[in-house]
Amino acid sequence: MAAVTSTSPEMTYRMGVRLGQLLQPGDFVGLVGELGAGKTHFVRGVAEGAGVPSDVVASPTYSIVTTYPGRIPLHHADLYRLEDHDELYATGFFDLLDGEGAVLVEWLDKVPSAAPREYLRITLSPVDEVTRELEVEPVGERAAALAAAWLAG
Amino acid sequence: MVVDGRRALSDVVSTQVDIHRRWGGVVPELASRNHVVQVLPVVHEALGRAGVTLKDIDLIAVTSGPGLIGALLVGVQVAKALSLATGIPFVGANHLEGHLLAIRLLEDAPEPPFLGLVVSGGHTSLYDVRAYGEYRRVGTTRDDAAGEAYDKVARLLGLPYPGGLPIDRLAQGGDPEAIRFPRALPQPGVLDYSFSGLKTAVAQHLRAKGVPEGQALADLCASFQEAVADSLSKKAVAAARALGHSRLVLCGGVAANSRLRTLVRERGEAQGLKVFLPPVRLCTDNGAMIAVAGYEAWRRGLRGDYTMAADPAWRL
Repeated sequence: MAAVTSTSPEMTYRMGVRLGQLLQPGDFVGLVGELGAGKTHFVRGVAEGAGVPSDVVASPTYSIVTTYPGRIPLHHADLYRLEDHDELYATGFFDLLDGEGAVLVEWLDKVPSAAPREYLRITLSPVDEVTRELEVEPVGERAAALAAAWLAG
Repeated sequence: MVVDGRRALSDVVSTQVDIHRRWGGVVPELASRNHVVQVLPVVHEALGRAGVTLKDIDLIAVTSGPGLIGALLVGVQVAKALSLATGIPFVGANHLEGHLLAIRLLEDAPEPPFLGLVVSGGHTSLYDVRAYGEYRRVGTTRDDAAGEAYDKVARLLGLPYPGGLPIDRLAQGGDPEAIRFPRALPQPGVLDYSFSGLKTAVAQHLRAKGVPEGQALADLCASFQEAVADSLSKKAVAAARALGHSRLVLCGGVAANSRLRTLVRERGEAQGLKVFLPPVRLCTDNGAMIAVAGYEAWRRGLRGDYTMAADPAWRL
């Protein structure tokens, strides 16, 4: 486990861009953090890094999952409104996991079982108004390699 | 039940809000299960209230996107089955086109061209409507929809779902200048919206000061509402002016918001625009607006067939 500090929303965004550039099909990134923790900035960065046109990115809070075209398909999910695994299952979410894209999930803590066996978990915590701590927890070899490449960049 | 794409004989809405209130949102699994239970009673009720039977119907319009896939599939399958059983043709309608054209159900409806602001729980977009079937999105939210910001702020404040009405009510007695919440993307010429930062600002305010009560709660609601309505109205009027429109149409569930209606009217009229604010029943999701959109889609040659799929991300 590692922790990094972002000192501004712009930096959070740029960290997202770097991660997005490294994403490969099959990668799964789960974000955790309260309202206002910086998830939106981070996600927009990841999408840009993955080559997704910025005008297609929006909050999937109501649609649960939105798929963006990019360098690879990026599935952007938001579990904010879900209560349990059964509800997530009913959305068809798990059909995405064996697909050709990478998966980026907000509010992973709402339904932790959304994550596959190997995944990268990032927890964003506010330190003050602009500073955020990002706790990085890779699970599995690929996630560890992804995290190492990302944090080295 | 709509005649000639203009006159609603009946409009039956089966609301799932009671079920969703408990969940803080429209949970798809619940929504689609509930659709299965309610769809046929709603069809029967709509025919009954209009005093017609299926034999009198020329076209079935069904929402085929955008939206929650489970709910869309129920509607599409029912439309196909009804069509197969009766021989009545059907057509897929776009939910957002439905919002933009809902105003046609009024006597003094504006004809295109006009500038339309669609603002709801899932959408916040400006459309350049050149003609029926010619829609160009000229601005949209870069993150949360305005209605989503209402719902999330309501949850932070411990208010019920959906958050629009409770916040609007409390705001009536509050001071909109009490707290200066940020307005995102204020640069002139930028027609996109952003509401995630506003939600964050409210969350930070609550972290610092706690959840207020009484007058302070009303002030907070009024200040939040002012920030939303200020951005929405300013950019809508700017877009209408920039594109040379003389008419501005406000639609979608958040168009029921009292402060937004006031500001859009005031600012639009100050710029010489004719402003159209549909009554609340036409702002919130309803079947009649889908009948209008389906009618228009049919007129431009669109047809449904048994291979038609629901498209949860259908972009107008």
